[in-house]
Amino acid sequence: MTGSWPMWEVFVRARRGVDHVHFGSVHAADGESALQAARDLFTRRQEGVSIWVVRSSDVVASDPDDEAELFEPAADKDYRFPTHYELPAEVDHM
Amino acid sequence: MTGPDLLPSLQPSLQPSLLTHLLRQGDRALVLAQRLGQVITHAPELEEDMAIANISLDLIGQARHLYTYAGEVEGLGHDENHFAYWRSAEEFLNPQLVEQPNGDFAVTIVRQFFHDAYALHYWESMEASSDATLAALAARARKETAFHLRHSQGWVVRLGDGTDESHRRAQLAIDSLWRFTSDLASIPDETELHDSGVVPDSEVGERWRDTVVAALADATLDIPASTSTSTGTSTGAGTDMASSGWQGHHSSHLGPLLEELQALTRAHPGAEW
Amino acid sequence: MEAQDRFDAIIAADERIEADDWMPDDYRSTLIRQVAQHAHSEIIGMQPEGEWIPRAPSLRRKAILTAKVQDEAGHGLYLYGATETLGVERADLLDLLHSRKQKYSSIFNYPALTWADVGAIGWLVDGAAITNQVPLCRCSYGPYGRAMVRVCKEESFHQRQGFQIMLTLAEGTDEQKAMAQGALDRWWWPSIMMFGPPDTESVHNARNMAWGIKRYTNDELRQNFVDMTIPQAELLGLTMPDPDLRWNEERGHYDYGEPDWEEFMQMVRGEGEMPAQRIRVRKSAHDDGAWVREAAEAYAQKHEAAA
Repeated sequence: MTGSWPMWEVFVRARRGVDHVHFGSVHAADGESALQAARDLFTRRQEGVSIWVVRSSDVVASDPDDEAELFEPAADKDYRFPTHYELPAEVDHM
Repeated sequence: MTGPDLLPSLQPSLQPSLLTHLLRQGDRALVLAQRLGQVITHAPELEEDMAIANISLDLIGQARHLYTYAGEVEGLGHDENHFAYWRSAEEFLNPQLVEQPNGDFAVTIVRQFFHDAYALHYWESMEASSDATLAALAARARKETAFHLRHSQGWVVRLGDGTDESHRRAQLAIDSLWRFTSDLASIPDETELHDSGVVPDSEVGERWRDTVVAALADATLDIPASTSTSTGTSTGAGTDMASSGWQGHHSSHLGPLLEELQALTRAHPGAEW
Repeated sequence: MEAQDRFDAIIAADERIEADDWMPDDYRSTLIRQVAQHAHSEIIGMQPEGEWIPRAPSLRRKAILTAKVQDEAGHGLYLYGATETLGVERADLLDLLHSRKQKYSSIFNYPALTWADVGAIGWLVDGAAITNQVPLCRCSYGPYGRAMVRVCKEESFHQRQGFQIMLTLAEGTDEQKAMAQGALDRWWWPSIMMFGPPDTESVHNARNMAWGIKRYTNDELRQNFVDMTIPQAELLGLTMPDPDLRWNEERGHYDYGEPDWEEFMQMVRGEGEMPAQRIRVRKSAHDDGAWVREAAEAYAQKHEAAA
């Protein structure tokens, strides 16, 4: 018994049609309390219509030291972007 | 001032009992909100300060609506603040449960749970009220109250089924507050309102008991043995109309509570804030 | 790239440092101290106003004040959350607050004597806080900056409600007007001292500016606040308790008198009965809640094991 409740990461869907977005964290002993606390903390001004809570210790995160090897290789593949392709003016809005 | 300016939509014979009903419910919400306002900054965890403030805000909101409507029904031009700030303890018509002191967190939460179980069934039933203003208010208040009950009932179960200490404290809270639940069984003198469909459900007390029995079983907590045999079916303590808070009978705790609530306002009659 | 170079490059590019990034120990400990102190200030700041919730003079004011004090608890939670991303636990931070090893803003060591103090706190103290906090939204440490964005969004209602209380009192009865003037007299100097000691004496200014933790100096922020507040005070028709206050055409700013920095240092050191009371209230809530937190944990463990 540590005397302090575990931490939960809170994700809120602002309105129907958009993704849940990370808002912050709360402490709670269980998922139901975490939900209630997240509701009271993050939706006092109608900021959301749906909430997810996830135990912070369950989040698997990439290591910032790996940022270069994970994400930089995507930098030289500009053919993935539409601007890479020059087309005749007639079809330029393709 | 001349006589009251009655609402055209209101049956004149119902006016006195509807006014009383609105004050009873408004006082219930306000007095409990006042108690919760004293808890803020003292909760066991910051998340709980948030939760309690939230419930308090909802109750203040409900009281304001009920008092505002009471002012319209009364027809003497009184606003919400008149009913909150300018009536004495004997004129307050809240059930005695809500005026009981905060005690430890177990008392705060058990009091809240007993109240919320009542309030949810009350508002649910009032959604079918023949009074359009009350029905509309009920539709909103029911949702707020459902969340309050979810919060307080969750805590009662956690405390009851948590540690030995929390179980002991929760049971003590139940034992000490149980006798004040008799007010929740039924409200006296509302036959007229009931017959006219303004207060459509007379079985809120039974529903209250079902909710409480189920939750306390979940929480591994005991309902105190009945201390009264008079009516005894709805609550353990029985229903003693002569001492009902709904009739203006109160414990010694209401006076100081109102004193704190009203002192500043009463020191400046006529002032705007 | 070496960790330090990488950190320096991010700061130089005015990008954000995130929780898992390497950062210099001093940067981390400076932030922990600052963000925790900020969080502590929010929750201790609940007390002077919280005491007026039961006594608020109208139901509307009671609701507004309850919502405001609740927001402060929320801001405390945002900020403790941001501090925790730096690798410390909220429980430990609270212990440091309760044992007075970490500080909170000394402004909350002043008592709220009358209802007008609630107005003055909202108008002046929250006004000064906003002046301080808006630049923090761009703090180089991402989680702190994002918490501050949330805080600042909510804070503007706090200042408005405070000003409106003052306005209502200033336009009210003679007694109410006197109440408002008294609160202004009490809160003006403490408010302008909230920006900290003068730049010439502030020890961390330069380093924190270089790190992007601080964006403006204490004196710059203080001047902003004074310039913004004087016209508001004139609107209220109240008298500022500073005889040296006057518009300086040349500078394009208001000149103001020298605050009593000795009093400020006393407050920072936490001398006197008020700081002891603030910590006592806070600590007793925490200690009295220990059995509740344990119960919830025990219940969760029981039912997780059963699931």
